[in-house]
Amino acid sequence: MPANILMPALSPTMEKGNLAKWLKKEGDKVSSGDVLAEIETDKATMEVEAVDEGILAKIVVPEGTADVPVNELIAVIASDGEDPKAVAASAGTGGAAAAPAKSEAPKAEPPKKTEPPQDAPASAPAEAKASPAPQPVAQPQPAGKPAAGEGGRVFASPLARRLAREGGLDIAAIQGSGPHGRIVERDVKAALVGGTAKAAPAQPAAAQAAAPAPAPEAALATGPSDEAVKKLFEPGSYEEVPHDQMRKIIARRLVESKQTVPHFYLTVDCELDALLALREQINKAAPTDKDGKPAYKISVNDFVIKALALALMRVPEANVAWTESVMLKFKQADVGVAVSIPGGLITPVVRKAETKSLSTISNEMKDYAARARTRKLKPEEYQGGSTAVSNLGMFGIKDFAAVINPPHATILAVGAGEKRVVVKNDAPAIATIMSVTLSTDHRAVDGALGAELISAFKQLIENPMGMLV
Amino acid sequence: MADQYDIIVIGGGPGGYVAAIRAAQLGFKTAVVEREHLGGICLNWGCIPTKALLRSAEIYHYATHAKDYGLVLEGTIRPDPAAVVKRSRGVSTQLNNGVAFLMKKNKIDVIWGQATVTKPGEIVVKDAAKPRDGTAAAPKGTKGAGTYAAKHIIVATGARPRVLPGLEPDGKLVWTYFEAMVPETMPKSLLVVGSGAIGIEFASFYRTLGAEVTVVEVLPQILPVEDAEIAALARKRFEKQGIKVMTGAKVTKLDKKADSVTATIDDGKGGTQSLTVDRVISAVGVVGNVENLGLEALGVTLDRGTIKTDGFGKTSVAGIYAIGDVAGPPMLAHKAEHEGVICVEAIKGLHPHAMDKLMIPGCTYCHPQIASVGLTEAKAKEAGYDIRVGRFPFIGNGKAIALGEPDGLVKTIFDRKTGKLLGAHMVGAEVTELIQGFVIAMNLETTEEELINAVFPHPTLSEMMHESVMDAYGRVIHT
Repeated sequence: MPANILMPALSPTMEKGNLAKWLKKEGDKVSSGDVLAEIETDKATMEVEAVDEGILAKIVVPEGTADVPVNELIAVIASDGEDPKAVAASAGTGGAAAAPAKSEAPKAEPPKKTEPPQDAPASAPAEAKASPAPQPVAQPQPAGKPAAGEGGRVFASPLARRLAREGGLDIAAIQGSGPHGRIVERDVKAALVGGTAKAAPAQPAAAQAAAPAPAPEAALATGPSDEAVKKLFEPGSYEEVPHDQMRKIIARRLVESKQTVPHFYLTVDCELDALLALREQINKAAPTDKDGKPAYKISVNDFVIKALALALMRVPEANVAWTESVMLKFKQADVGVAVSIPGGLITPVVRKAETKSLSTISNEMKDYAARARTRKLKPEEYQGGSTAVSNLGMFGIKDFAAVINPPHATILAVGAGEKRVVVKNDAPAIATIMSVTLSTDHRAVDGALGAELISAFKQLIENPMGMLV
Repeated sequence: MADQYDIIVIGGGPGGYVAAIRAAQLGFKTAVVEREHLGGICLNWGCIPTKALLRSAEIYHYATHAKDYGLVLEGTIRPDPAAVVKRSRGVSTQLNNGVAFLMKKNKIDVIWGQATVTKPGEIVVKDAAKPRDGTAAAPKGTKGAGTYAAKHIIVATGARPRVLPGLEPDGKLVWTYFEAMVPETMPKSLLVVGSGAIGIEFASFYRTLGAEVTVVEVLPQILPVEDAEIAALARKRFEKQGIKVMTGAKVTKLDKKADSVTATIDDGKGGTQSLTVDRVISAVGVVGNVENLGLEALGVTLDRGTIKTDGFGKTSVAGIYAIGDVAGPPMLAHKAEHEGVICVEAIKGLHPHAMDKLMIPGCTYCHPQIASVGLTEAKAKEAGYDIRVGRFPFIGNGKAIALGEPDGLVKTIFDRKTGKLLGAHMVGAEVTELIQGFVIAMNLETTEEELINAVFPHPTLSEMMHESVMDAYGRVIHT
């Protein structure tokens, strides 16, 4: 019996991905465990492995295809003794019972938004343009309307429609997970919790078709339209660089964060001299291998990760994530660390950082950073966590405030350690000072609690021996 | 060389044989192992033959109440137990043959005997013990004892009556549903221990045919899984029919005589009573058949006497799956069937949705019938919902009056915030046939709006479903 290869979901929230590359050709023999293809999502590249043996009979989705919905048929493997040609033929026609999703099911993507229907004089985009409203939802569209222009129908359950309407979400922008891609209660609830309507990225076709604005990101107020922005610049004075998936995700998530998470900021100065002295001592003591390479080299940032993790354990009320119904209170400190990579950034998570030694954290971060640059991090390596560290000290930044990466409740922005004149015992003195600013989700962590967390952090940084025991 | 299959299903009950048919539809080479009866307990000793018995009781009830409908029926009307049982067995036999036919039609091999999973991918089948009713050993066209291999093994071995210490069935005086289904004579008096669906159905059957029936339930409410209001209404009807109901009570001792049993009952209020009856039915629930399958040796994780699965039948051991009663409650045939289907579809890689156990309806075929789906009022409140409750009594429905069935209630429970239908509970004539309307409504995620806007046919009992919804929103017409 032929085996269908479906677009895998690399993470629970993944809806579509790009088929980057086929590593096998039609007609190739495959055995269980062979890598068939590479799938690329916003932040990672993953390999699709064969589970069955046989001949790769047909590649349904060619390489380089973007936005392939999860569970879409991408290839068919003919098992031993089957005629690959026959298998390929039946897969091609979709006639095989084995490939139901292919021909019958409407694609689980929302209908294309082209021009608004004539009788609806573009009011939604126009108004959105006039007032970049602070309201999360400027223009909830009546359910079904967006599709009306094409005579299509948005398939959604009545309950889903009502929840979307009451939550101010554009039902058409939500991806359905029900039968034939029907939008059901859980999809709307997920979109409500996620703070977005999981809006599909604006389709390039729509943008070119002189639509007044790209499809609005449903739950969020939209900025000025592309055309409005471009009008401000002389044609030819700029180059248009299309957004890649990571850029879109960063844009979406950070807009979502700033619009749905009430941020406030707490800044403290930490004296670093004791930590720097300890660090030198530790690094000097590192055993070396036969090439003279030390087994570890602890950075200030490794101390910061460890200190933040321990601070979270000392102030467990701040080790949380907000959801509408409950507060998730974590038992361990998973600290995300923003890693800058070409074209964007990614935040791998050091799990249970409170239990790990500095050298373990240091080596883990080196591995994360290396794999982040080649986009080989696995989703489980960059999802979750209750806080993150963003360090721009190496660029000489004195102090800055970072945007919380939902669902985290906090993020710590770390500036450069620099010598400053401070007052000690009523006299000027020189100390190495590092300013850090904690951005806090006020829904989850109030001012005093945030202050407690950052004080605990400062205490640990300034008395770093405490982190070694 | 062992016979090689894609899927072997152990157990030919409603979960197992349906899973096998779905597997065959999806192109798997499939076999079912059965040790006793195709169709399992459901078809041979449960759902189906009891419905046949209850139908006889119902007809008897109407015949004895003919004059209520303006009919004169002269002569004696009395149940003939042997004939009633014979009809019931005949119904089972007919359906049993039907399953054999379905296996053949779908080219599913039937292997006769008792299976043990020796390792993932392999089972050994031994000759089974003699079937309960002494019918043929292996039916024609089945395979016999031997070693069989399959990529996927689905355990669908069902459940059996729970045995409580002191209440051990002996097959003569203390019955389980097996004996209660084939009485040689009608007991004049009967004690039913347990008031779940099985206990209540037998209580209703034997009472209708004239026995003095006492039901003892340890919990404060009969039909413990049902909505309290519905259960209380049902209890009133049962008591009116002459069934004696004791809740919060416990049978502590059984003294067996030659042809009678004296039970000591702790009434839960500090007193004890003694009751002498011809027969006792132990209906204190069922337990999964997890034993003698070799599962423990393979490290399959069990959970409270059932096999733990991931919602798609996968157990803790790759290649071994479990569905139906043996995979945990609710132990209902329709739940088993659905689990079988999604298990096979998941094996195929079709990405079925896991079953939402809240949307599994339950039916009890006593008189009056009980049917329900979703959360009870108490459970909905417990879950933190702010609810709207709609009620419509049978007395307000034209069809119910015309049928001469004015007793009953349709109750609906909505989430006040979203209009989501959380539960529906019914007691009264034919409600087991009505409940599917609410089941579909819940599965399609309708809100009160669509239910109110739907046109229900007149005159039908289903109009009460409509009215109950309208009542929840202050729009009821006929009360």
